[in-house]
Amino acid sequence: MKGLLGRYGAPLLMILPSILLIGVFVYGLLGANFWTSMTDNHTAGQASGRKPVVFVGLSNYLDLLATEDFRHSLVNLVLFTVTFLVGALVVGFVWAWLLERPIVGGRAFQTVYLFPMAISFVASGVVWRWLLNSNQGESASGLNRLFQMIGLDSLQNPWWNNVTFGITAIALPAIWQLSGYVMALFLAGFRGVPEELREAARMDGASEWQVYRLVIFPQLTPVLMSAVVIIAHMSLKSFDLIMSISSPSAYQTKVPAVDMFVFKSSFDYANSAAVGAFLLIIIAFLIIPYLVQQHRSRTR
Amino acid sequence: MRRRNFLLLSGTGLAATGLAACGSSGGSGSDGGGGSDVEVFTWWAQGSEKAGLDALMEQFEKDYPDLTFVNGSVAGGAGSAAKDMLQSRLQAGDPPDTFQAHAGLELADYIDAGQLEDVSSLYEEYGLTEAFPDDLVQLLTVEDEIYSVPSNIHRSNVVWTNTALLEAAGIDPSAVPADVDAFIADVEKAAASGVTGLSVGTTWTQVNLLEAILMADLGSAGYNGLWDGGTDWSGKDVTTALEHFSALMELTNSDRDGLDWTDATQQQIDGTAAYNVMGDWAVASFQQAEWADGEDFGYYPLAGGDEKIFGFLADSFTLPVGAPNPDGAKAWLDTISSQEGQLAFSLAKGSIPARTDVDTADFPAYQQTAIESYAADTICSSLAHGAATPVAWLNQISDATSKFTTGASDVAGYQEELATIAESNTSA
Repeated sequence: MKGLLGRYGAPLLMILPSILLIGVFVYGLLGANFWTSMTDNHTAGQASGRKPVVFVGLSNYLDLLATEDFRHSLVNLVLFTVTFLVGALVVGFVWAWLLERPIVGGRAFQTVYLFPMAISFVASGVVWRWLLNSNQGESASGLNRLFQMIGLDSLQNPWWNNVTFGITAIALPAIWQLSGYVMALFLAGFRGVPEELREAARMDGASEWQVYRLVIFPQLTPVLMSAVVIIAHMSLKSFDLIMSISSPSAYQTKVPAVDMFVFKSSFDYANSAAVGAFLLIIIAFLIIPYLVQQHRSRTR
Repeated sequence: MRRRNFLLLSGTGLAATGLAACGSSGGSGSDGGGGSDVEVFTWWAQGSEKAGLDALMEQFEKDYPDLTFVNGSVAGGAGSAAKDMLQSRLQAGDPPDTFQAHAGLELADYIDAGQLEDVSSLYEEYGLTEAFPDDLVQLLTVEDEIYSVPSNIHRSNVVWTNTALLEAAGIDPSAVPADVDAFIADVEKAAASGVTGLSVGTTWTQVNLLEAILMADLGSAGYNGLWDGGTDWSGKDVTTALEHFSALMELTNSDRDGLDWTDATQQQIDGTAAYNVMGDWAVASFQQAEWADGEDFGYYPLAGGDEKIFGFLADSFTLPVGAPNPDGAKAWLDTISSQEGQLAFSLAKGSIPARTDVDTADFPAYQQTAIESYAADTICSSLAHGAATPVAWLNQISDATSKFTTGASDVAGYQEELATIAESNTSA
């Protein structure tokens, strides 16, 4: 007993504060959220504890899934995430590949591409709301006006005001902001491949393309995994960017995070918590396999 | 060395933020503790709203020199940031001494949560029952109790016109359309002349337009019945009103969802839109542009028949349960409901007094007409501004309206959805 204490006592004492804090503020509150989502806490009176709250099991979840509006939000979330993810990964990867070889001004480009990440989503949202103005023809402004000026009138479109695909227009600013970050991740990955490997491959007669395809790209897989997880979870949580371009009640840009906010402001805490739980579950599907894989590769 | 400096710097930064956070929370915790501070929570942080609050503060300090006004205004999101914060503060049992809220059913949730004191005794004490119009007092009364004191009144159902564009389209700017059909005909005529017929902004401005049409088409009895179950949402009259709404939305600008009301009014000032339906705070924009009342711009309430309706919303102040300084809050309610307070506030903010016994000589031309019809017309509660329904109902109507105006549902589907929403909210 004394030996155990001597061995684990000091380290335990060191991490105890963070275990407690995380236990209460992350897992404790997650528990509270799940509990709220399984009650009938739909009114302000119940939220303040003045009226009784009854356990209703999963009925809030089922009711939400049964409404066409919530399914529309989920579809929007998928559209947004796919566009954002594919866009940011492709653009970021291509930039990293181009800048991987030493070229004149490469550093400057790296900085330029990385800069948008330093802007808050709210600030860039305000600018992009203007750029993505949906007017066409005479009263057009923003990107639509730009298309007119360079003679590409046919490219004009209503952007985020399209009922079905409007949400993908909001992925544009998100891609613009995060591509630089993905580029930085991939650049680090490229730099992590030892020069000797490339030389060895060339000695064996591999063409430049083969060096990339067979030697370097496979080694970027862990970077790709991280990038996917980081971008996808950001996309699932997206709220500020959507809110600063659109508005909470705009049907075309509804996503679960927005629903959560609207339910909360309607004093419907149970449904708000249920939407939050949905988001958490979706993110868990993404993060848990990643953590398991990370753990395996580390302990191997 | 450089690295250590960096750590040191970031450490100091963190410590400073930490200290600042402690300082501010300590500050708000001790508000009112001394007995003389009165924390007034509002979202009036800029523009004419701030000017109004300043005018009230001045009057308050004159009336109650031994009390200290503490400005608890929270900026952002047309009040949504403030409401969010208020919700958490009330929930946590840390209410301000008094807070701003739209009068009417927007307060229903706070009442339901047991967070507001009944202030009807103050109405007697300050003689407000006689000073306010009967219609208004009735609309404010919830089961024989009143939970807020209005500081000023705005009108929501006003049509604003750009006189020059109307003349160019061959419309007589001084003629007032007799009903909504005539109004649509005018807007169509204006649109045919090459400008936007009716400018509108994001969802809440569309709901504002919808409510003006509902008031005009259904009349006061029919409109009020929408909220207490007296009018059938699936009825023919509502269908007509929604068809009118649909016809008018066809004539609006396509970038509406990205615009606020100021942008929609700006389109009129820029000469690209002929008509706009908005609450009477819009008059401030025309005044800023130095447009002459009656020459450059005109206005009239949207009417549907002989009945004259005043769509009202009111800013009001409350007495929260557990306020640190209830006597200070009552003093504040006295100031904002007094003749001097209401006059000073409305002059600065561009609204009209809720009392009918205030000397109106100093008000500009538009407010004069509003004061006149406020005293004479039937008063109906505004939907878009929280007077007619609780927040949840309004949010659901806004969602359904956005769905309709973006083209995801048709008139029949929209009406069905509105009827379902009304059913679920009146049964609860």
